[in-house]
Amino acid sequence: MIRSHVLICGGTGCTSSGSPALKTALEKELAAKGLTEEIKIVMTGCFGLCALGPVMIVYPDGTFYSMVTPEDIPEIVEEHLLKGRPVERLEYHEQAAEDHHVVNSLSETMFYKKQKRVALRNCGVINPEDINEYIATDGYQALAKALTEMTPDEVIQTVLDSGLRGRGGGGFPTGLKWKFACANRGQVKKYVACNADEGDPGAFMDRSILEGDPHAVIEAMALAAYAIGADEGYVYVRAEYPIAIHRLQIAIDQAKEMGLLGENIFGTGFNFDLKIRFGAGAFVCGEETALMTSIEGNRGEPRPRPPFPAVKGLFGQPTILNNVETYANIPQIILNGAKWFADMGTEKSKGTKVFALGGKITNTGLVEVPMGTTLREIIEEIGGGIPNGKKFKAAQTGGPSGGCIPAHLIDTPIDYDNLLAIGSMMGSGGLIVMDEDTCMVDIARFFLEFTVDESCGKCTPCRVGTRRLLEILNKIIEGKGEMEDLDRMEELCNYIKSASLCGLGQTAPNPVISTLRYFKDEYIAHIVDKTCPAGVCKSLLKFTIDADKCIGCGLCAKNCPADAIARTTYIAPGHKLASFAIDSSKCVKCGACLDSCKKIKAISKK
Amino acid sequence: MKKSLTTVTFCGTPEQEAKLVEIIAGYKDVPGSMMPIMQEAQSIYGYLPIEVMQIIARETGAPLEEIYGIATFYAQFKLNPNGKYAIAVCLGTACYVKGAGALVDKISQELNLPVDSTTPDGKYSLEATRCIGACGLAPVMTVNGDVYGRLVPEQIPGILAKYKD
Repeated sequence: MIRSHVLICGGTGCTSSGSPALKTALEKELAAKGLTEEIKIVMTGCFGLCALGPVMIVYPDGTFYSMVTPEDIPEIVEEHLLKGRPVERLEYHEQAAEDHHVVNSLSETMFYKKQKRVALRNCGVINPEDINEYIATDGYQALAKALTEMTPDEVIQTVLDSGLRGRGGGGFPTGLKWKFACANRGQVKKYVACNADEGDPGAFMDRSILEGDPHAVIEAMALAAYAIGADEGYVYVRAEYPIAIHRLQIAIDQAKEMGLLGENIFGTGFNFDLKIRFGAGAFVCGEETALMTSIEGNRGEPRPRPPFPAVKGLFGQPTILNNVETYANIPQIILNGAKWFADMGTEKSKGTKVFALGGKITNTGLVEVPMGTTLREIIEEIGGGIPNGKKFKAAQTGGPSGGCIPAHLIDTPIDYDNLLAIGSMMGSGGLIVMDEDTCMVDIARFFLEFTVDESCGKCTPCRVGTRRLLEILNKIIEGKGEMEDLDRMEELCNYIKSASLCGLGQTAPNPVISTLRYFKDEYIAHIVDKTCPAGVCKSLLKFTIDADKCIGCGLCAKNCPADAIARTTYIAPGHKLASFAIDSSKCVKCGACLDSCKKIKAISKK
Repeated sequence: MKKSLTTVTFCGTPEQEAKLVEIIAGYKDVPGSMMPIMQEAQSIYGYLPIEVMQIIARETGAPLEEIYGIATFYAQFKLNPNGKYAIAVCLGTACYVKGAGALVDKISQELNLPVDSTTPDGKYSLEATRCIGACGLAPVMTVNGDVYGRLVPEQIPGILAKYKD
């Protein structure tokens, strides 16, 4: 008899912070206390609250423990699992709440209260390595319903009516994509593909869905195959996601064993086979034509469209490609109907969106909210605000293709069209929060370095244009910029945007354009005043010693690799030794002096 | 992605080659199999030196330059072997915003080792990686898969000291 379930997060975040050790310790302790038959450990997918990892939940009471260490396990077993008294010191404390009250169940927390989980509904709830747990939460019901009660056209119409738009970046209506590929069912070989090559640095929702609910993606791909008349599918997943790949493979094997993949599914004569292909770390492979070229085994270079993949895609055959999060919504739409989905969200952006919250925010992790939720709700309420009392400066969405949303637009309801209107984009849903210590010029350079590195080199505007743009940015960051550079950048941005072959190049200038739009004063500070207001850009920093604070210990001079610090003749009132000073012509701005003066704090950088 | 050929001498064994040849034979009738073959080759040898690409070219009949083109296109394919201790610092956006750049500088300085290279004795290699997805622990580095999170540069010497032998 199992009387209690202990759910431990086995997502990548919690695995990195030590959840496998937790599981081992718990297994050992349960065995020692003779509880193995009564208490079941379930390794789940991502709960979302990665910042507090490793996390675990004890059911039936639903007690939520965060930042648990193996040393805490004996106490949890002894007190909670044996005596029924939750260990209060390990329970999650709501940081945003004024009284710091203990939160007993997950759904009570500010972090979860405002969320609406559709794509993530099973993440952190079921064991992703057991198909029975997926089936127990209505898994494969949608596929059964479609195959036995719906025609392929009805499936497409339902997806169309739901208003679902692609979650990978572009926001193209999913149903429309399917409709384009549905001609000549049964007469032409067709493919269904899944883009799990999450390249946006700072987005990890697709990985979390594959890790936490792989069957949802498999079921959705089978639905898509039924809708367009395909019998073969590929999941293109980043090789850097070992846990996701492992669980997806287990899921595919289990589905095949149960006859939910393979031949004659549900006895309806519908066949669908699914294979995994590993991406090898090329951002451009997120672009659909590049991804297909890569599955074909070549350099993942995009090609001009038309012909669109719906006509001529993988191996020259009609193909539809959707991203992981898009697929994860599909079974729910088929089961609950188009209206159920269309009732969520805004007029033109239906449903929910998963965001990967990262950067300078308290609750780093994965959140899913209805479209139209404001940035303020996500950052301040769900995200728990900015740590260390710092001020919110901007949020970056859309990764290297997106832009920055400044503080004065924090009340913008987030959906595809609003983000585009303010110069950013949804992208795959990375949401990086930045505070006053982040330099926006430096961030623009960070993303541009990324695109320069990832440009496939096929078309000139992207290959050469982004590099020239980066050179101008570097010039500004090194303090050699001129005001004319700003106009040059703007002109170059427009050329790259309009002349590049694929989405990578067309969106590459966005980080520059949006920071120029909202943070021009920072560029001007770098160019005219030769300072970096956030104190990030090294060449523009100046280290100084406050002579009246300096006690003359000489630690800074000892640590200086450039011999730029020497003793002066000035002895501050009340001090015994003469103070030190930095020769800025010799200074290499390494910051070693600053680190060595942590106690006295006589050295400052500006 | 800029890559350069390795200066480390190739020391593959006949067993490794036999295994690779067998794998390639298994992919004979699979369309689009070049990347899986190269991925498996890399897992056998740990990297993809020109000698291994030549074996692949010989066995598949594909031109060497085509294979080299694929190897240099994708970040995953390594032309240089990993060090005994492979250090990787995540430079995803979340880590970068939280100061991963300073970690790379510190490691580089401590080991006198430029990014994306291996020390001449083959002991350490330093790599700046794309997002590894542990954004909750940002900034993050890994040494041979051991994860170190929420780092500040001052912790680097202590961590490196664990990997001396």
